[in-house]
Amino acid sequence: MSSAVEIAQATPEQNRARWGLWLRQVGAIFRLEIEKNFLSRRSILIYLIALSPVIPLLLFAPFTPPGKEWQDFNNYSVVYATIYNVLFLRTLIFFGSAWIFMNLFRGEMVDRSLHYYFLSAVRREVLVVSKYISGLVTSIILFTTTTVVAMLLLYFPHVYSQSVRYFTEGRGLAQLLTYAGVTMLACVGYGAFFLVVGLFVRNPIIPAILLYGWEWLNFLLPPLLKKVSVIHYLNSLVPVPLSEGPFAVVGDPTPAYIAIPSMLVVTIIVLILAAYRIRHMEIRYGSD
Amino acid sequence: MSSTDQLIIFDNVSKFYGEILGVNRVNVQIAPGITSLVGPNGAGKSTLMNLMTGLLRPTRGSITLLGIPTDEPERLFRKVGYCTQFDSFPRGVTGREFITSFLLVHGFDRKQANDLAQLAIERVNLVEAADRKVAGYSKGMRQRIRLAQSIAHQPAVLILDEPLNGLDPMVRSETIALFRKLASDGLHLIISSHILHEVDMMSDRVVLLNNGYIVAEGNIHGVRDEMEEHPMQILIRCDQPAKLAAFVFAQNHVVEARLHDDRRGLFVKTRDADRFYLLLNRAVVEGVNIESVAPVDDDLSAVYQYLIGTTGGSA
Repeated sequence: MSSAVEIAQATPEQNRARWGLWLRQVGAIFRLEIEKNFLSRRSILIYLIALSPVIPLLLFAPFTPPGKEWQDFNNYSVVYATIYNVLFLRTLIFFGSAWIFMNLFRGEMVDRSLHYYFLSAVRREVLVVSKYISGLVTSIILFTTTTVVAMLLLYFPHVYSQSVRYFTEGRGLAQLLTYAGVTMLACVGYGAFFLVVGLFVRNPIIPAILLYGWEWLNFLLPPLLKKVSVIHYLNSLVPVPLSEGPFAVVGDPTPAYIAIPSMLVVTIIVLILAAYRIRHMEIRYGSD
Repeated sequence: MSSTDQLIIFDNVSKFYGEILGVNRVNVQIAPGITSLVGPNGAGKSTLMNLMTGLLRPTRGSITLLGIPTDEPERLFRKVGYCTQFDSFPRGVTGREFITSFLLVHGFDRKQANDLAQLAIERVNLVEAADRKVAGYSKGMRQRIRLAQSIAHQPAVLILDEPLNGLDPMVRSETIALFRKLASDGLHLIISSHILHEVDMMSDRVVLLNNGYIVAEGNIHGVRDEMEEHPMQILIRCDQPAKLAAFVFAQNHVVEARLHDDRRGLFVKTRDADRFYLLLNRAVVEGVNIESVAPVDDDLSAVYQYLIGTTGGSA
């Protein structure tokens, strides 16, 4: 009798016990993975990626560049929007998520330690969920912090009094929270994609570069194809929309009430695919 | 509980790696006790173990352990522990953390996990080193901590891939004693090893593999008895070996009789050991004083050599 059938026939008490067990297992795997994500040698690269925009902004903080555009407070939101779009979304969060989520399984195959999980009394689906949550928490902590710190570092050192008013009375705080939310959603979407890529592909760099190209060329795609990308939904949600240049094919942004659920639904589908893959996965380190 | 709930059953199992054969048409049922998988490198021992634990999936056929299919890890590994040959560990852990962390993954609470880890560490005599980083362990210590990890959740089936590798002689004999203790507690122990005399010493039965096929399985002496094309060789220590030689050579089941170099014994090759032992009673009546009778090639090394064609490994 399959366990799925057993679950369907289980009493409410048995179901509660099962969920209790799964939650304990998620907690145990999460703790192990979080430690690896933050404290292993592999995490050095993630820290470098996350800190890369903060360090130049810190160095730049004592000096306001000459030029009228730096005196105009209204320009700051456009400058940040540009930094956020080009540097954060398209580069740092993309490659940061690639590194974190691909290593969740692929890294353990390289280290030849994945079999310890496979030899534990844990459903492999629970393993996928636990690892995904650990990657998500790691990426959200790092990149949301970077998003917030970078924004504050751009505003406060240069136009302090206006920045105080902007963040306490104006739209500043709402924009900050929106950017943080978009960062989280980017981690959710890219994370699921890279998790599944790490499970299916021996050398995940190639699909990562392909997706990177696809995301960059999004502005040239016809409106329907634009929607087959993560960046389209993320750009639809940012508080300060940017022009995509003279060659861009203009498409309507997707409203938040469609963009957010769509991203979440696709993420769930991708995670189900990852769970299916891990359920049928073999340990053959030699050939991996 | 039905009988299949106490057995490990391979039902017509084959495993191919693309075009390459792993194991083919394996039909075997393994009862509690110590069962050794023996065969040269590439024979399919590790493949069989990995199939048993769901790390590999059979291309054909099915496997159940105590009635549990191998694709249900959540049920399987409540009852099964597997000490693999992979000499790798999660980075930066101590021996104790290594065991405890995977007990927590099993679903034990912190106190249970700590207690079970301590028990397992004590069983493999690694108490003093338990709180040191695994990265600093010797090969033998790494082997023992992996063994501890595989027995920590107190499984009913223990699968051990070359568990004696890297152990010094004293730890080796302690580990064999531990295996015997576990088997006497009713566990299934499936052990692969190259070291034939140790396998011979500790196994209740053997499965001999070569090129992905099972070439023999069962009690080692039973397997030897069934090998009629290889006459059994027996050494008889006695006071009149020449007289005994003349006496036994008249029997058609005796194919060879040869005096021992010290001329105080006789090597006999017979196709029917039982009839030969009866014959010895008559030799005694005829006045031959027999001091001892011992089969010379009734062990795993001989079986291995006859069936697989090499002498196998030694300690």
